[in-house]
Formats: sequence, C-alpha cells, structure tokens
Amino acid sequence: MSLRLNREWPSLIALIGLCIFIAFAAPRFYEPGNLRDLALANASVLLVSTGMTLVIVVAQIDISVGSMFAVVSVACGVLAKLGVPILLLPVLAILIGCVFGALNGALVSFVKAPSIVVTLATMVAWREALRWITGGAWVEGLPTHFQWFGLGQGNGQALIVLASLFIFGLLWWGSENWVALRAVYATGSDTEAAKLAGISTTRVVFWVFVLIGALTGIASLLNAVRFSDVPANSGINLELEAIAAVVVGGTPITGGRGSLLGTFIGVLLLGCIGPALIFLGINPYWEKAIQGAIILLTVVLEAVGKGVGKSLAPTAALNKT
Amino acid sequence: MRLAGVCTSGKNTRRCERRDTEKSDRLPSKLKRVAQYPAPQPNPVLEALDIRKSYGGVHALRGVSLSLLPGEVHALVGENGAGKSTLIKVLTGAVQPDAGEIRIRGQQIQRNSPAISRSLGIAVIYQQPALFPDLTVAENIALANDSVHLWHKVDWKGRRAHAAQLLERTGARIRPDASVSSLSMPEQQLVEIAKALDANASILIMDEPTASLGDRDTENLFRIVNETRAAGHSVIYISHRFEELFRLADRVTVLRDGNSIETRPMSGVTSDDLIRLMVGRELTAVFPKHHVELGDTALEVRNFSCSRLGVRNVNLSVRRGEILGIAGLVGSGRTQFAEALFGLTPLDGGEVLVNGSRVQIKSPADAVRLGLAYVPEDRRRHGVILEMSIAANTTLASLNRLFASGFLRFKDEAKAAQEFSNRLGVKTVSIDAPAKNLSGGNQQKVALARWLLTNPKILILDEPTQGIDVGAKSEIYELIGKLAENGLAILMISSETEEILGMSDRIAVMAQGEIVATLNRAETTPYNLLELALGHGAGVLGRQTE
Repeated sequence: MSLRLNREWPSLIALIGLCIFIAFAAPRFYEPGNLRDLALANASVLLVSTGMTLVIVVAQIDISVGSMFAVVSVACGVLAKLGVPILLLPVLAILIGCVFGALNGALVSFVKAPSIVVTLATMVAWREALRWITGGAWVEGLPTHFQWFGLGQGNGQALIVLASLFIFGLLWWGSENWVALRAVYATGSDTEAAKLAGISTTRVVFWVFVLIGALTGIASLLNAVRFSDVPANSGINLELEAIAAVVVGGTPITGGRGSLLGTFIGVLLLGCIGPALIFLGINPYWEKAIQGAIILLTVVLEAVGKGVGKSLAPTAALNKT
Repeated sequence: MRLAGVCTSGKNTRRCERRDTEKSDRLPSKLKRVAQYPAPQPNPVLEALDIRKSYGGVHALRGVSLSLLPGEVHALVGENGAGKSTLIKVLTGAVQPDAGEIRIRGQQIQRNSPAISRSLGIAVIYQQPALFPDLTVAENIALANDSVHLWHKVDWKGRRAHAAQLLERTGARIRPDASVSSLSMPEQQLVEIAKALDANASILIMDEPTASLGDRDTENLFRIVNETRAAGHSVIYISHRFEELFRLADRVTVLRDGNSIETRPMSGVTSDDLIRLMVGRELTAVFPKHHVELGDTALEVRNFSCSRLGVRNVNLSVRRGEILGIAGLVGSGRTQFAEALFGLTPLDGGEVLVNGSRVQIKSPADAVRLGLAYVPEDRRRHGVILEMSIAANTTLASLNRLFASGFLRFKDEAKAAQEFSNRLGVKTVSIDAPAKNLSGGNQQKVALARWLLTNPKILILDEPTQGIDVGAKSEIYELIGKLAENGLAILMISSETEEILGMSDRIAVMAQGEIVATLNRAETTPYNLLELALGHGAGVLGRQTE
C-alpha cells in the first residue's frame, strides 16, 4: 500500500513542475531562510489538514477549525500568563481541542445533525464568544518562556517543524497500519456496509471529530509560540485552507478514499504559491486567484478524468471475471 | 429457475380438483361473468408481442406477450422475479426492451418513454407510491398531469379544488393541502390512485395496489376499477391476492421465469390452477445437498417481534449442520427479520438463545461476538465495500480479532485473505484488487469469506445467489453445503424456490412478517410453498392433517 500513488499524482506532478519552474525562474526561492519560513507558516495548516482529511474521508466536514484554532491560541496565552508550566501547555491545548471536537462529534454522530450545519454553528459561536470575552484585545505580556517554548528562535523553529512532521508522519503511517483508521475508510466508503460488518460507525465519526479537535489544538499552540503576543482573531480562513489542501491532494469531498500523503502534497502546493509569487516578482495578490484555479482544476480533473486516475492504478488492468 | 416440480402425482391432482369445486362454490359471482363475457374479441387496446429484456446477462423477460382488450380487467400473476414489474416498466417506457413490439390501439410504438406512454393514455399505480414527499397532495396531483407553462401563474385554488374532487372519487379523506410526507402509506397510495384518475387514462396499470390498503379503501379501489371498466377503459391488475382477482378480473395472464405461460378467462380457472401455472417447471440445477448429522440447537428465536420493521412473533430454531430455508414473497419481512436478529434494529419483544443461553444482541458487533454472521442482500451496496481491496474486505469483520493490538499486519491479512479466497475460489489476479473489479459471484464469495473468517457458528445468508450467473451459483451451493457439513447452523433467505427446496433441511415460510409454517423438506413442494407464501395456507395445512 504505502507509497503507491494513484489519486495524488496530479498534485504531485503540479508540485514538481512548480518546483522546477521556480528553480529556473527564481532560484533564490530555495535559500534556506525562505524554506524555513515556508515550513513554519505551513506547519499548523498541515496538522489541521491532516485531521480534515480524515473528517472528509469519513464523509463529513468540519468548518469550525479556524474558530477552535483562535480559542485555543488565546486559551494557551492566558494559561501561560497564569503561570501554567510550559511543558503542560501542549497537553492542555490538545485537551481543549478534544473538548471542542467532541462537542461537534457528539452532535454529528449521536444526534445525527448534519456536520456542515453543526460546525457552521460552532464556528460562529466560538469566534463570536471569543470576540466578546477578549473584546478583540490580544493577549500581551506573555512570560518570556512562552515564545519558542523558551528554547530560542532556532531551536524553537526546529521543534515546531519537527513536531508537526512527526505528528503528520505518525498519522500517515497509522492511516495504513491502524485498525481504527481502516474503520474510518470503511465508514466513509459505505456506512451501511461498515455497520453490517460490525463496525460502530457512530463511534468512528465521533472520534474523527475529536481527532481533528486535538490536531487543531496542538497546531494552534505551535503557531502561537512563534510570536510574542497572541492575537484574538487567528485562524481566519483556516478551514478553507485545510479543505482546499485536502481536495487538491486528491481526496474526494464525498469521502471514502483519500490519502494523507496527498494532503501533504496539497499543503505544499498551495503553500508555495504565495512565496513563489514574491520571488517571481509578481503581485502577491494573485495568490488566492491562483490557489482557486488550482482547486478548480483539481475538481474538474477529478470529475472529467475519473478514468485517467483509474487507468494508472495498478489493479485496474484486472479483467472482470 | 425458481421452482421445481408440479403438483403432478395422481393423488395430488385429485386433491386439487376437489379443491377446485370447493373454491368455485365459494365464488358464485364468477359464474355470472361467464355469461356476461362470452369473449366478443374486439381489437386489443394494447398488445405486447414477444417482449425480451435482460439485465447484464440475467433474463428478466424471455418472451412475454400480452393483449389487453378494451373494457377488461386483466390480471397478471407470477412469482417473485417472474417478470411482472419488468413488463410494466417496458409498457410504460421506463425501460427499453431488447426485443419485441408494443402496439397501442394497433399502432406500433417505436421509442417508448414515460412521457409518450402517458400521452397515449397509460397511467400506472406503482406498488411503492412515487410522490414528492415535501409537496402537498394538490401539487403532486397537478405536477403529474398539468400541462407545463413555465411562466404562467399557478392556479392554486383551481388545483386544490381539482385535487379535492379527485380525492373524493377515490373515497379518501385527505386534505389537498396536506404535505405528502405527513400521510400514511395507504393514504399515499390513494393519492397515487387520484393521480392516475386525473390522467383520465384508457389503460390503467395497478401493481399490487391493495398491498398497503385497509378494507374500506380496498372496497373503494374495487369500485374505481369497476367504474373504469364500465367506462370502457382497461385495467392491468397485478396482485398476489387471488380473491381480489376472482372478484375483479375478466382474464388472467400467468408469467413464469420471464415467459407468458397462458392467458385464460378468469371464470375458467381456480386458484389451484393459477398456482400450478405459476410454479410448474423442471429442476435446472443439481443441488449438492449431503446428508449431515444434525447437532445441538445453535440458535433459537422465541416470540421475536420488531414492530418497526413489521416482524411479528417469529419462532424458529436451527441446529448445527442444519440449513433452515426462509421462504416468502418479497416484502414478507424476511430481510427485516434477519436485520433485527443481527442487531441492526432493536426488538420490542421475544428472546434469542444462542447455544441454549439467552443473549442480548444490541449491535452487529454483539452479534459477531456471539458467533453470528450475516451476508446481506444487495451485496453491491452492503456486502462488500467496493473501493476496498479484496484483502481489506475479507478482514473487515475480523479486524479486532486478527489484530488485537490495534495494528494491521499486512502479512497476516494477506495470508488470511489468500487462504479464504482460495478456499472459496475467488477468481482474481490479486487480493489487492478492489472489490469493484470483481463479478457479482466473486463479490458474493468475498462477502462470504469476510464472514467465514469471523469463525461463525450461525450463518445468515440473504439471497445468496441473487443476480449471479448459473456457474457461480452452483459453486455457492457447493460452499453452503460444505459449511453445513462442517457444523455451521445456516439460515438461508431466498426467493428462489428451487434453491430453498434444493438446499434446506427445513423450510420456514414467512408472510406479512410472520412465520406461517415450518415444513420439512420431504413434505414440501413448490406448490404448497407458494400457496403458503401467498397466504392460502389453510388448504395445505388442512391437507397435512388429513
């Protein structure tokens, strides 16, 4: 299973193409400083997108991640100011994320409310509640050991990137090796069939929402420690970035299939566009338009070229018996 | 394909004859009709000539001919899968036949479609109401028959009045403003009837219209049928309830295995004749049924009820090594019983005993733990997960047992999947191929492999050979036979009478959510099986006690 590409190939080819193009047109893009900034900026998007992939695979959606992200950021800042030890912060960030995720998950899986509406409601509710509580004020005057976890810029940056990659890698490996994550794919593919096979599909859906909550929580903390203050409105449009990365990575929005590797490629591809434009000397306002075009292109390819993707899959050559 | 043998022995025939006279005594009204209809044979209003239709190699219609006279009620009877529904779909243009000809009032219809057939005066009342649930009754009626003027103002008042008038003709007490989703099943059926009346059809097709109606509504329906006939229009009337046919129909056509067997005046037949025409056929497959020593009772079900699914008071038991066939018409509650037993729907009453001890099955996971396995009907939807590989499909129900640590071990998975694929003879290049690449028969083997891997003690098979070709069928029969030999207790739900009679040790017949009889294989014929499933059980039981 592991490195076999089938649905990911269009975005992978696009990414490689882009990298080669930049290598000739703007080689300064590959300076270590830029690559480091790129990795830092996309680390949290990668984590949220990883969770989003599983949510979409199980044929649900979570658009409340941006608001959760903001709430966890502020909460971490406040907790740090209250003197909570820095080592405890990641645990608390994950726990807070889990609670928010569990609320979404319970409403979707046990109450059977549609996830788009549930998470729309929580998205608005958390964002507005946060605005009301903070009055829009940033959390300032954080203890000095908050930024970069007190490790200094270099080590802190390395920690953020490595931690993100580690969590992603763990889930990527798990998506192919854990029994639990196979149940996620089965549920997304055919809920009724999965139920008949003895899988508790409601529990699967619930835990997937908890997982995206946890990932959003840790992503939020890893993002917040990059700065000396915590803004009250972080994570705006994060849900859109994550969903875009998942879709560009080849996961159909209808669920059942899709790989985390594809999402990784999707995050890189979409994340590279903005910085690349700057290095190419093009007005960076084009970033969103180009990202939009990439998303459109992916969906169109997906819709038109279902046969194309299939014919590349090694198993499709099988004769029907 | 479905049934074997006829009521052939001399003894049986005599009995049938005797019953004939009994039946005719009970139905004196028929005699009147003999005088009334000496078959003047006007030109048929609708003719179907040698209609053929197959779906992916499975023949639904092999040559059906039917002629409908003006002002007649023409009954259409046949077993499950005899081709009644397909024939209706061909007549209405919902399905294009592979060969054959349809003539309406002598004119051949080249390319039929639902719109064309409607414009030619054909209206259909389907078994399942096909209404828009979120629209009102009046809107539903108007949508079906209003001419479409995109920019015209809707005449709401007129629609309501019109709908009210039609509903009154059906005798229904339904407000035209009611939304269809708020109506009960019989009420929806009445709206369908009103819709058909509005079409002012000269050919009215009714597919089991009384299946969900109560007595009063049924009487109203009969009145409508009679009015339609009196107006010189024609009705094709499909029903399993023979007493209705004897009351209403002028002629009857029997379908069997996609062939039209015979058309007769209703006055000249008895229900025994009809059943015999419906089942009469030769055995076409050899069943590998071996003698198996039966073990202890593996599963027992007492007073099992699930009102949500319409399953009532089911009692049955299966022993190790035994195959219990569950026969019945489509919609008699067999699948619903299996699903409730497997923990998909909570019970309202009764108890389930596995190996003699009482158990609670609240979810499929509970059922699997207790050694139950359920290979569902409609395997393309529920039996296998099409996107997943054969290997992943095979292990899906055993993941927790095979990989208790929570980590997959692909070597073990491949080994298990390969072993079962070989044992069941799944024809594939690789077990890593997705299940969607397999043929129906092989998908069924994968579905079976998944459940055999759970090491079950009780296996429930729901229509195990539906829609698969003959070769694969006999392989599946061979497998089922072997599994019973290995001591599995097997419940086999099937609409194929031949399969039921060929494979089962005992046969439970379900009708309307209940088990109406449990028979030994030796004492069962296709004839009495069908009779019981149709709800004509008294005669058979009476005979057994003679």
